Amino acid sequence: MAQVSSIANEQTSTPLSSSTSITLRISRFNPEHDESSGFMEFSVPVQKWTTVLEAILEVKKHFDHSVAVRYSCRQATCGSCGMIINGKPRLACFTKISELNSNVVTVEPMNNFPVIRDLAVKFEKLFDSHQKIKPFLIRDDTELVSDEKEFLQSPEEVEQYIQFANCIKCGLCNSACPTMATDSSFVGPQALAQAYRYVADTRDKGKDSRLKIIDDSHGIWRCHFAGSCSQVCPKGVDPAMGIQLLRGYLLGFRS
Amino acid sequence: MRESTIMKIHYGTALAAVALVAVHILMRLTMNFAESLEYENVLANYKFVPYAAMLELILILLSVHGFNGLRVILLELKQGRMYEKAVSYGCLAGMIGLIAYGSRTIIMTNMGMV
Repeated sequence: MAQVSSIANEQTSTPLSSSTSITLRISRFNPEHDESSGFMEFSVPVQKWTTVLEAILEVKKHFDHSVAVRYSCRQATCGSCGMIINGKPRLACFTKISELNSNVVTVEPMNNFPVIRDLAVKFEKLFDSHQKIKPFLIRDDTELVSDEKEFLQSPEEVEQYIQFANCIKCGLCNSACPTMATDSSFVGPQALAQAYRYVADTRDKGKDSRLKIIDDSHGIWRCHFAGSCSQVCPKGVDPAMGIQLLRGYLLGFRS
Repeated sequence: MRESTIMKIHYGTALAAVALVAVHILMRLTMNFAESLEYENVLANYKFVPYAAMLELILILLSVHGFNGLRVILLELKQGRMYEKAVSYGCLAGMIGLIAYGSRTIIMTNMGMV
């Protein structure tokens, strides 16, 4: 019990007495004061199980409390701590330093998002795009108000969309997307994958309205199928596949 | 026009162009390659109506596909309402211009005006 209590009181899981240490390079940028971003380096003690988020919190606790980072659950559920770690978009809480195989760990804010400060980025556009595709079941009938009606689905029908329901809206897919880097109006892989999630749901009746929203000059057709969105998803969602399946509806291969 | 309709045309023109350009290249093999590109033989091709019709079709297919591809690239490079309208109408004008100029060449050569 005492051990549990001491773990609960500890802000980071990395003890300072650790023999191994790495160099943590943190991108620093405040749009209100700075013209360009720069890096600050910190020597951080780490253990085999230390995550990048824990290393950043170690820096905040012992070296520089002004480092801006967004985090919450620390278990890859809330999708808050997305950042570029050694050049690849990842969740800081879900990336162990030992798996990076490097003594130098560089953390930067996610690409394709406006920076608030340091590692924290604005999520407004991600959430706006997500909201735009109507991420909820659409039905015109009155069954929803009845307590007696259930919308039953077979396991095969659930299989059609269930992986896309795992999206935690962390924005890593949008950060990795090469189209988003040049096309600021592109709806993005996150919203497109979620559009597929609801279009493929047999309980949903809003297919036509959703397809109309994404059938735009900056919609689904701007995806070049680079597949980087699927590569970086920490929850195993395959947005690239969802986008291709969604195109099937628009091209008439699926109904 | 809806973007999905435009993209269906884009993919359709690509597939049709691949097939017709393959026929066009295979026609070079009816005789020695260098010989097939000699002035008189090229003129003879234009004067053969089915071949001239195929060239006209290739011209239309590649113009539609190419200018739509250019439109898509330009739309991804920069955004803005005025810019996007200018790109769309500019590409449409370019496509019509190229088809008109190419058709003029094919028709004039076919009719022996060259």
